[in-house]
Amino acid sequence: MTARIDITLTVNGERVTRSVEPRRHLIDFLRLDLGLTGSHAGCEHGVCGACTVRVDGEIVRGCLVLAVSLDGAEVTTIEGLSDSGEVEDLQAAFVARNAAQCGFCTPGMVMAAADILRHHPEADRAAIREHLSGNYCRCTGYQAIVDAVEATLEARR
Amino acid sequence: MINKQVVARGLLGLARGMSSMKWPAFGYARARSLQDVWRLQSEHGDGARLIAGGQTLLATLAFRLSEPTVLIDITQVPELRGVSVEAGTLRIGALTRHAELGRDELIARHAPLLREAVPYIAHPAIRNRGTIGGSLAYADPAAELPACVVALGATLVLASAAGERRVRAEDFFTGLLETALRGGELITAVEVPIATAATRSTIAEVARRSGDYAMAGLAVHLSLGSNGQVAAPRLVYFGVGNGPVLAKAAGAALAGRRLGAESIAAVQAALAGDLDPPSDLHGPPEMKRHLARVLTGRALSRFLPATEVAA
Ligand SMILES: Cc1cc2nc3c(=O)[nH]c(=O)nc-3n(C[C@H](O)[C@H](O)[C@H](O)COP(=O)(O)OP(=O)(O)OC[C@H]3O[C@@H](n4cnc5c(N)ncnc54)[C@H](O)[C@@H]3O)c2cc1C
Ligand code: FES
Ligand code: FES
Repeated sequence: MTARIDITLTVNGERVTRSVEPRRHLIDFLRLDLGLTGSHAGCEHGVCGACTVRVDGEIVRGCLVLAVSLDGAEVTTIEGLSDSGEVEDLQAAFVARNAAQCGFCTPGMVMAAADILRHHPEADRAAIREHLSGNYCRCTGYQAIVDAVEATLEARR
Repeated sequence: MINKQVVARGLLGLARGMSSMKWPAFGYARARSLQDVWRLQSEHGDGARLIAGGQTLLATLAFRLSEPTVLIDITQVPELRGVSVEAGTLRIGALTRHAELGRDELIARHAPLLREAVPYIAHPAIRNRGTIGGSLAYADPAAELPACVVALGATLVLASAAGERRVRAEDFFTGLLETALRGGELITAVEVPIATAATRSTIAEVARRSGDYAMAGLAVHLSLGSNGQVAAPRLVYFGVGNGPVLAKAAGAALAGRRLGAESIAAVQAALAGDLDPPSDLHGPPEMKRHLARVLTGRALSRFLPATEVAA
């Protein structure tokens, strides 16, 4: 029963088919099987948010999703989001405000912030903080990150 | 077996005290109907575990607190989906995700308490996956939804190969991470009596950080008569016991009275007879009792007419 299972899914717009062990989580699948190392594995038990990716249009914890359960799903990682140009302005704001230091949290942070841009264009600082509350950053103290998201939201209004 | 004392400290607490590792090896099977679930359960026996959103199960597997041999994925079982209203009852399918609870129109209208609870549950990415069925089945004593369904006087619909039965929410939670679920049984839906013009409900909680499990919390549901008298109050505390605690003495202190500073003080005093909080990571029992009293004042004050709140 622990035998590999074949799955076919769309990752960043490309169809991929792989045979995976049931215990493989989405982040190991992306990093080890597909070589997409933009998504990070931090705590691997749902606490830090470094593994935030989109599945079928909604952000999830990649470390709390079984790859085998994603047959037929559509996954977008930081690589796909970045290439699409959807968050070019957000990324520029991160750079301008030094919102990335070591960068470990950044891919997950940008995925979660992109979710604010899409679903909560009216968000104020408190709402931004609330939405990012599940994404830990050990370097920046968050202020610069909240600034970058707020500036992007304002510029888009 | 799961070490319940450890698990009940909450995942975030666990994270500090224990190290996680890769998941153990297990098999995986996707069920497409309840019949499929029963078949897979009988094929795999005791080693099989159901997986819904996976937001608790997969997180705990990383600590190897349990090592199931096969996970039965129930997320494609149509009988467990959907939200509908029938004959004065709101039916919420077990697979309804926290994020859906937060945006569903029927829930906003007929069970606003559930919608109000959603922002307190974890974080957006977790709410996009976690389900009400999973939350109720896991029965974390600090979780919001178990307390809410008890406050709402809801009924849980349970099913197994042997058939269906209904259990009142307040009888469903039987102990620390323990429920009335029997082997081979699952939750198919939650049935909630729909809100009326007279009903009021709210939730209040204290957590160390936004999205953490509660240090202490309270879900309240009651009716207000035209004369301002309270009827059928249900105050349910979480994070202060082995499961959701329906505070009977506090409810009795409120029933039939008008809401106001005096009756609220009476409820706070009566709580001493209802709560016997264990000490945990967050602090000693007296701190939890204090928080429960504070939350009681905050929650009940929300139902006061604006003039009295200002006074
Ligand atoms: C970092 C973090 C923070 C969190 N914070 C909170 C919080 O503040 N408040 C809160 O309430 N929760 C919190 N959670 C938990 C989250 O709400 C989970 O979604 C929920 O507890 C379980 O739902 P699930 O669908 O993911 O269940 P799963 O993880 O899939 O399953 C949990 C258990 O329930 C069983 N099960 C699932 N569905 C059914 C069913 N229909 N019938 C019978 N058994 C079933 C499974 O076999 C398993 O034993 C947090 C989780 C994480 C990772
Ligand atoms: S790696 Fe997924 S939440 Fe930390
Ligand atoms: S920049 Fe280092 S963890 Fe956020």
